[in-house]
Amino acid sequence: MIGGLSNFSVRFVKEVFLPPYEIEQIRKHMIELGMKTLPIVGVTGFIIGLVIAMQLSPVLKRFGAEAFLPGSVGISIVRELGPVICALIFAGRVSSGIGAELGSMRVTEQIDAMEVSGVNPFRYLVVTRIFATTFILPILTVYVIFISLIGAYIAVVLVQNMTWAYYIDRVIFAVEFGDAIPGVAKTFVFGFIVGLVGSYKGYTAENGTEGVGKASTSAVVVSSLLILIFDMVLVKLTLWIWPTVK
Amino acid sequence: MMVEIKDLYKSFNSNIVLDGVSFNVTEAENMIVFGRSGTGKSVLLKCMIRLMEPDAGSVFIEGKDVLKLDLKELNELRKDIGFLFQGAALYDSMSVRENLEFPLIRNFDLDKKEIDKRVHFVLEAVSLLEAIDKMPSELSGGMRKRIGLARSIITKPKLMLYDEPTTGLDPITSKEISALITELQHALKMTSIVVTHDLLCAKIIADRAIILDGGKIVKEGSINDLVTSEDPLLKNFFSDEIIETNGSLK
Repeated sequence: MIGGLSNFSVRFVKEVFLPPYEIEQIRKHMIELGMKTLPIVGVTGFIIGLVIAMQLSPVLKRFGAEAFLPGSVGISIVRELGPVICALIFAGRVSSGIGAELGSMRVTEQIDAMEVSGVNPFRYLVVTRIFATTFILPILTVYVIFISLIGAYIAVVLVQNMTWAYYIDRVIFAVEFGDAIPGVAKTFVFGFIVGLVGSYKGYTAENGTEGVGKASTSAVVVSSLLILIFDMVLVKLTLWIWPTVK
Repeated sequence: MMVEIKDLYKSFNSNIVLDGVSFNVTEAENMIVFGRSGTGKSVLLKCMIRLMEPDAGSVFIEGKDVLKLDLKELNELRKDIGFLFQGAALYDSMSVRENLEFPLIRNFDLDKKEIDKRVHFVLEAVSLLEAIDKMPSELSGGMRKRIGLARSIITKPKLMLYDEPTTGLDPITSKEISALITELQHALKMTSIVVTHDLLCAKIIADRAIILDGGKIVKEGSINDLVTSEDPLLKNFFSDEIIETNGSLK
C-alpha cells in the first residue's frame, strides 16, 4: 500500500501542473466538502475548547496560575488540538466519502466510461479532490480554532469573572506567531493526506460493493493514522524551523 | 478494414483469458462475439481500447496500432469509438443532460447551440427526451441502457463497442434495445462489435458472429450457420439459448 500511495502521489504531482486545469471542479469540491464538514467540526471544536478549559482550570488553580488559563487554552488549541482534531474529523467525514464515491464509480465502470470518452479521469476526479482537500482544511482549521476559543471562553466565564475582550487579549498575548503559523500550515499536509488516501482507496477499489465498503473504511483508518504520524514529524520539524517556539 | 486483431493474449495470474485471439471487422459491419460467462468477451473489448493492457498481440483500429499509441494519440482515437458498458455506466452525480453533454464539452469545440442540438437528437433517437433533466437514479434499467447508448453515439463514433447491451433486461425491452441498436447502426453507418450471449439480440443485430471459448475463437460465421452447426460445443452452447428465446431463430 505504501508503494501504491507513493506512486499515486507522484502521479498527482505530475498531473497537477498539466492543463486542462479543472478550476470549476476544484471550486465545487471545496464548497461541497467545506459545507459538509463545517457543522461537525464546529460542534467538535466548541466542545473541545470547553472541555480543555474545564480540565485546565483546576490544574492551574492548584499551582496558583489561574491567570494563565486563557493563554494555556489558546496555545493548546492553536498549536495542536485545533489542527489535529479538525483533521481527524475531516478525515472521518471526507476521506471515507471520497473513497466510497470513487470506489462506487470504479466498480460501476463510470471511471472506465470517462477514460473511453477521452477524458483523463485521474485529473478530473483525483487531482481536483486532492487539491480541494489540501486547501479547504486550513480554512476549516481557522474556523475550528475560533469556535474552540469561544467554547473555552464559556468554561472560563463559569469559573472566573472575565470579559470576552480581556479573555481574547490574554489569548492573543500568549499565542505567538510561531504558534499560529505552523499550527495552521501543517493542515495543508493533513488535507493532502485526506484527499490522497481517500482517492487512492476509491480509485483502486475492486471486488464490487464489498470493495467499496473496504475502500471507505480503510480510507478513514489509513488517513487518520497518517495524520497522527505526520503530526509527530511536523511538530519536530516546526520546533527545528521555529526555534523561538519552546 | 476497420478493426484487425492479431494474436491477442491476456491472462490474470495463471488464468489465461485470451489465448491468441485474431479476427477482422470491416467497415459498417456488425460483429457479434458469443461466449459463456468468463470466457473473456468483455476483456477482449477492454483490451481493444486499452482499458486493459493485453499481454501480447496487436490491435489495429482504422489502421492505427492501438497498443503503440501514446496517451494523447489514444485519447484522439477514442473520440471515434463509442462504448456501451454492461451497466450503462452513467455518471451518478450528473443529470441525463450533463451525462450527454460531458463527452462533447470535454472533447469538442462546439457551441452551446450545437451541443443542445446533439443532445436532443440522441434523446429523440432513443425515445427518452422527457428524461433530459432526470438523474440516473430515477431511471429504470432499460432507460439507463438507452441513455448509455445515447451518450455513446453523441460523438458520432465510427466504431461502437457494446458490452452485453441486453443483459438484465426483460425480453421485450431487450428486443427494443436490439432493434434500436440496428436502427442507429443503419442511420449513423457505424461499425460495431457486440459482446452478448442473447441469441435474439444477436439475430437482430449480427452480420457475422464469432464464438469465444477457452480464450480462443472456436467458430466464425453467420448466426444461422452457427446455430444449426452440428459441432457438439455449439450445440451445447446454443441449446439453452434457443429454449430461452422460444425458438425465435427457427
